[in-house]
Amino acid sequence: MKSANIQLETLTCPSCMQKIEAALKTVNGVEKDSISVSFNTSKAKLDFDDSITSIEEIENAITKVGYDVKNSKVK
Amino acid sequence: MQRFIFRNKNNIMFINGVFIALGFSSHWVLKNDQMFMAALIIASVIGVLPIALQAFQALRLKIVSIDVLVTLAVTGAFLIQNFEESAIVIFLFLFGAFLEQRTLNQTRSAIKALTEMAPESALKQMADGQFADVDVDDVDVGDILLVKTGAKVPVDGTVVSGAGSINEASITGESMAVEKDVSSFVYAGTIVENGTIQIRAERVGEDTTFGKIIELVEEAQDAKSDAERFIDRFSRYYTPAVLGIAFAVYLVTFNVELAIIILVLGCPGALVIGVPVSNVAGIGNGAKHGILLKGSEVIHSFSKTNAMIFDKTGTLTMGNPAVSQTLYFDSAGHICTQGAENLEPELVDARTYLASIEHESSHPLAKAVLSELGITELHPVENTQVAKGAGIVATVKGKRVAVGNVSLMESEQVFLPEAALHAVTNLQQAGNSLVFTSVNGQLHIIMGVRDQIRPHVRSHLQALQKLGVHDLIMLSGDNQGTVDVVGRELGLTNAYGNMLPENKSAFVQKLKAQGKTVTFVGDGINDSPSLALADIGIAMGSGTDVAIETSDVVLMNSDFSRLPHALGLAKATARNMIQNITIAVGVVVFLLASLIFSDWMNMSIGMLVHEGSILAVVVNGMRLLRYKIA
Repeated sequence: MKSANIQLETLTCPSCMQKIEAALKTVNGVEKDSISVSFNTSKAKLDFDDSITSIEEIENAITKVGYDVKNSKVK
Repeated sequence: MQRFIFRNKNNIMFINGVFIALGFSSHWVLKNDQMFMAALIIASVIGVLPIALQAFQALRLKIVSIDVLVTLAVTGAFLIQNFEESAIVIFLFLFGAFLEQRTLNQTRSAIKALTEMAPESALKQMADGQFADVDVDDVDVGDILLVKTGAKVPVDGTVVSGAGSINEASITGESMAVEKDVSSFVYAGTIVENGTIQIRAERVGEDTTFGKIIELVEEAQDAKSDAERFIDRFSRYYTPAVLGIAFAVYLVTFNVELAIIILVLGCPGALVIGVPVSNVAGIGNGAKHGILLKGSEVIHSFSKTNAMIFDKTGTLTMGNPAVSQTLYFDSAGHICTQGAENLEPELVDARTYLASIEHESSHPLAKAVLSELGITELHPVENTQVAKGAGIVATVKGKRVAVGNVSLMESEQVFLPEAALHAVTNLQQAGNSLVFTSVNGQLHIIMGVRDQIRPHVRSHLQALQKLGVHDLIMLSGDNQGTVDVVGRELGLTNAYGNMLPENKSAFVQKLKAQGKTVTFVGDGINDSPSLALADIGIAMGSGTDVAIETSDVVLMNSDFSRLPHALGLAKATARNMIQNITIAVGVVVFLLASLIFSDWMNMSIGMLVHEGSILAVVVNGMRLLRYKIA
């Protein structure tokens, strides 16, 4: 299990968080309860199983709903 | 393709705007209505692309977002061939989003400036003894690092060689250079202004003080209060509800125009964005001024503080006692008026005896006496007898020297002349502890020692009172006499002495039971039960690390003078949140009322007011960045 800290483009509407959260939940291997998207810091934090999915796949899910990923840290 | 459209949202907005301008100029200047229509159709179709795509993605995730409402409204307007409205609504929506992004970045700028102070690289000593530039994440505890002039200290650690002056503003909020040399502790994120040092890493990454501060601030700005969670839940159902209502209106009236106006008016915006914006701007202002407010719940209850309780030692006072007055007595029992440098030989000797005895004592007052005397040439001390709770009697250079309080003087049968008794009363009334020195049964020196009150505390307390804290209460373990003196001097409402930690927490509970909102300011270790029990706890005097862990409001460097700013800021932020909620709700009520009771409301005006209200709450929040206490 790894944890990711993803810096997104500046979020301007709190409903964006809802969308990003929902998008992340669709990724297989992401720990659903660990997802937190914060508005002011414009960050998404989550835990994922790196044997099932990868950070690229997770980033992809976010860009697909229309938000840019600036960078991400995986530990 | 989709990515391309999202990336070029701003360009699309621009193209959309150009076509609208083209359309209207052909309408008014060329009087060509076909071109007018064509331009607006193009503007609508191009402009709606990014919005519709986002709406589509949201719907796939079963979320009714604001994009869905706007896309439906625009499509509706398009279908009833109102191209003017569809094009303008799109433009306003895109332009609004553009401005929001810009202004939101502003409100977040203060915190961003802080996080950007985080060090990124370090010069680490490698196996071959040379220093190499590495990423700060690759530094481990125990590594030796080189920090040159102008560079940031990458981690917390101890200086092992070299010296320099360091600007610790990122930790203390005070941009004054501090001198550091071998065995001094240096903090990550501070800047070496002059000199070159080598340090041994002791805490790295998130464990450094700076790392903890950043983590705290980041968490704080998104920590939500109950009210905000309610708004969030509310907005989750609000948008689908608007969609439902618009649809119902259409089914009843068959009026497409009315239905799409409702879709636009119903867009949630200012309400959900208003509180987070105040929050981030308020916390940002605090971060710039060495104050960390842990989230909006803290801001909320701190702003309501009407009773503040202070610990005495180390909070209102410096926590290190110092000699406030020294009196010398000649053999006739008169107070010597000349300075310490012109004393009679007998009294000069007495000073040295006093220093020699105090040097061997671990009593807190002894430290104060020694640093006042500043004597380094000491005599051997013999036959030392400690009179518990009274002082010390010993033989120095064959003379019987007694150092202690008034009861020691009595048991030593030292005569206290009239002048001495008078001085003693005065010193005691001013809150001093007294140290008497007698040599061979004759009184020579009286010293008044007191814990110095922190500078300007009285004016800071007055500022707090002006901010609505009616009860300023001091609780202390000291005797009631000293406590009364300090209480009077500072203009406190109440001052209670002889308080043990459990008495203090019982007192906090009592005040809370009276319905007061209590802020407790005290020592982070002894007072921790009270700090936890109070509505807001502020730890002082035990280092930034402890304060970060235990306080709801962290004052960097335990700087008491930041307290009024902190409270004023919390109040301003709480007010700002209420203003923003009022603006948001007011606008929605106004729009709905206009729709029902007047006939000038249309989609474009609705969108304009809607976007305007979002900008209004963001700009209102931005005012907090400039907040200063009057």
